[in-house]
Formats: sequence, C-alpha cells, structure tokens
Amino acid sequence: MIDGGAIPTLPRGVRVHFDRVRDTWVLLAPERTVTLDGIGHAILSEVDGARSFDQITTTLAEKYQAPHAQIAKDSAAFLKTLADRRFLDLTEAHG
Amino acid sequence: MTPTPVTSPPPPIAMLAELTHRCPLSCPYCSNPAQMARIDAELDTDTWARVFREAADLGVLQLHLSGGEPASRRDLTQLIHAARGAGLYTNLITSGIGLTERRLREMDEAGLDHIQLSLQGTTPEMADEIGGYRGGFDRKMMVAGWIKEIGFPLTLNAVLHRKNLHQLPRALEIAQEMGARRIEVATVQFHGWALKNRDALMPTREQNREATRIVLEARERLKGTLVIDYVPADYHEEYPKRCMGGWGQAGLNVAPDGQVLPCHAAQTIPHLRFENVRDSALHHIWYDSAAFNAYRGTDWMPEPCASCDRKLKDFGGCRCQAMALLGDPNATDPVCVKSPHHIDLQARADAHAAADAPLVYRPQPPKVSEPAE
Ligand code: SF4
Ligand code: SF4
Repeated sequence: MIDGGAIPTLPRGVRVHFDRVRDTWVLLAPERTVTLDGIGHAILSEVDGARSFDQITTTLAEKYQAPHAQIAKDSAAFLKTLADRRFLDLTEAHG
Repeated sequence: MTPTPVTSPPPPIAMLAELTHRCPLSCPYCSNPAQMARIDAELDTDTWARVFREAADLGVLQLHLSGGEPASRRDLTQLIHAARGAGLYTNLITSGIGLTERRLREMDEAGLDHIQLSLQGTTPEMADEIGGYRGGFDRKMMVAGWIKEIGFPLTLNAVLHRKNLHQLPRALEIAQEMGARRIEVATVQFHGWALKNRDALMPTREQNREATRIVLEARERLKGTLVIDYVPADYHEEYPKRCMGGWGQAGLNVAPDGQVLPCHAAQTIPHLRFENVRDSALHHIWYDSAAFNAYRGTDWMPEPCASCDRKLKDFGGCRCQAMALLGDPNATDPVCVKSPHHIDLQARADAHAAADAPLVYRPQPPKVSEPAE
C-alpha cells in the first residue's frame, strides 16, 4: 500500500504523452515507453506533484463513482509498479 | 499454441541516430562498423531535423542520439532542440568527453530528456586503458558532477568484459553516487570491433555466472533506488537475444551518412542494400525497403526456428551474429541450444576466454573520400 499522505510525483524525464500514431496515451521514461490504458491515464492525470495519494484517490472515486477502497487499491498497485521502476517518486507529506 | 505470424509490421518505437563516427575514445569493443562513415559524408543539421520529424510522424517515440561520440558534433544542442521540437523523447548516449558545463546547460534549455553515460572501468587505470584515452575517467567524473547538479535523469552504462567484470560491485556504487536512477550492466556483445578482440575480452563462464549472481542480489537490495538492466555474455547463454526487438519490428538506426539500417551491424550482411534518408522517405524505408523486409517476421526462418515455439520471442536471434559466426545470415543464431552449431560455439567461447591478446583499438573515421585509384 501507499501511505495516504504521500505525494506522488513524476520525476524529471518521465512524462505522459499522447501517441498520435497509435492513438493512445503513453508514459515516456528513460529508454522505456509504457502504454497507458484508460485507468492508468486517469490516475496519472491526477498526479500533479502537489496533492497527496489520499486526495487523488478521493477525487477519482467521486469522478468515477466507484468505492474509495477499490480505487485506492488499484491506484496503489499501479503507482507502486511505476515507483519500483523509478518512473515515479513518492515524497513524504510535509510537516 | 501456434503463435500467429506477424503480418503487417508495427510502427517503430525507437530510432538510434548515429550522428557521427568520430570519437575521442577508441574502445576495443566499439559497435561502429569496420567501414566508418567519412566525416565529410555526415548529414547536416537541417537533414537530421527533417529525419526527426519524419520519425515522429512514423511513430517513433524515443530518439537516441549516439555515435561515435555525439558531443563531437558542434550542432548537438541544435539537434536536441530539433528533436524535442518534433515531439521525441530525447536521450543522449555519450562517454562524456567533449561535454562542458556550459554545453550541458544549453542542452538542458534545449530540452534534453535523459543522458546515458558510458563507463569503461571504475578506476582511471582501467577506464583509460580500455578507452585508449588518458585522463578520460577523471573528465567523465567531472561531467557526471555537472549532470547531477543540473538534474538530468541519468543511466550509467557499464560495459563489462573479462578485464573489468570484477569491477561490477564498484560500478553499482558509482551509479548510486552519481545519482543515476538506472544502470545498464552490459557485457560486451561481439559485434563491430569487439569481434577482433574476443581473445582479449571474452569473459569466462565463471565470470558470467558471478556477474549474474551479483546483479540478482543487487536488484533485490536496491529495489526502488537503482534499476538494474542486465545484458549477460551472449556466447555463454542457452538462448539468443531478441536483437533490436526483432528485425524491423521496433527500431531503426540511421548511420552518420544517412543510410538507414535495421540494426547497427546490418552492414556486415553482404547481400543487403540500404536506402538513404537523402533519397527516400523514412516511411518508405521502414515499410517497403528490401533490407527491412529481408528478415522481418518469421517467413524467412529456417529450421529449427520455423517450428519453434520461441520464434516470436527472439525472432531466431541475431542475423549479424549468424553472419559473423557461420557466414550465413539466414541461419539460426548459433547461441541457441537448438542450433547444430551451439556446442561448437560453446567450445569457441571457452577457447577465447582462455586465450589472451593485446587490445585492438578502434581508429578514427577517415576525414574525406579516398582519392580515386
Ligand atoms: S564505444 Fe567507445 S569508441 Fe565507440 S563510440 Fe562509444 S565511447 Fe567511442
Ligand atoms: S530455434 Fe530459433 S526461434 Fe527457437 S529459440 Fe532457437 S533461435 Fe529462437
């Protein structure tokens, strides 16, 4: 799981990009490309380097009318995989 | 389950732009071809910029600016700017030699996404002997300091072989000290100049096993801190590598003079003719040229590949390796256990590993065309 107060951030050199040739969203990272499905893209669209994991999953739960626990579980799994590959930083909440 | 044959090729994801074959270093395993592109035949800035736009239109997402040493091009910053302008993720593959703090800051402004820095050894003695360039290691460390200060995402590319495989643990530490997110532990692949240096560089079977052990242990220990990509010594493996993600499946190389190659060693295959970006559109070259279609998919395959369930996994291995080792680019890569030549290759690998020879360094490319005979 990811700590609710942790702030996910895309580090320098990792960015979301629309691949116009394949008509899909992708995550571009150093020498790697990850194709994003709708859910992955929705989660990363909320990652702004300011809001905490809790705030992000609350927003997603409201937007997609889904149970918060489920959204939190799916998002954590997805973000954790990215963090393990160093495509995402999880910074501790301030204060 | 029978794998479905590849019908229409997918668009390429990656393009390697070999901007020049010039390089201050002369690594004895350099992948540049024996016949290097002349300096006066290199594509100019505007042509490269056009090629970058054509690549992006074709579906390329990742651009690797390579060489030789790309920093040997005076217009490198402009080329980075052009690549980012085309929407490409732009990676610089460099030894660091030729980069200054000022140039790096300009490249930062131009939008460079990532740097891959090569490491020839973990001590000045080793690195400078292998690179054939005195002072190269110290200079590289300075460059790494600027890279870290500016904040470029960094991958350290440690090239390992019999002479320096024992330095692998230190290479992992250096990567962390440099603030790299990723290290590529690349055992030398025997193409290009490395073929001439097999007696000097071939790792022993034992070294290969030890490196694999160190990598697996470090991957656990450094999870979430340092990502470790590992290329093992290929002659000692059981199955060949999926070279370039498959011939004409994922990537293309543009040589300094504009020839477009399915992989950097493709020019060693005598029957292939390569088209040039000066005369043909990249789209045409990728989808319709003879060279890209020669070994694309699975139709060209002989046995044992044709009826093998791994054929879409490794596409029969490396064509250039089959050429170099068997003189036949259509053969199954002899690294494969199913190849009738596998046993023989294992014996040859052990013989190379037990031998020794002085290093044969890579020379500089010729400046201008040779006068006609
Ligand atoms: S392998 Fe060595 S000689 Fe070849 S381009 Fe790289 S740094 Fe230069
Ligand atoms: S037989 Fe061919 S396809 Fe099968 S594993 Fe060996 S090289 Fe790959």
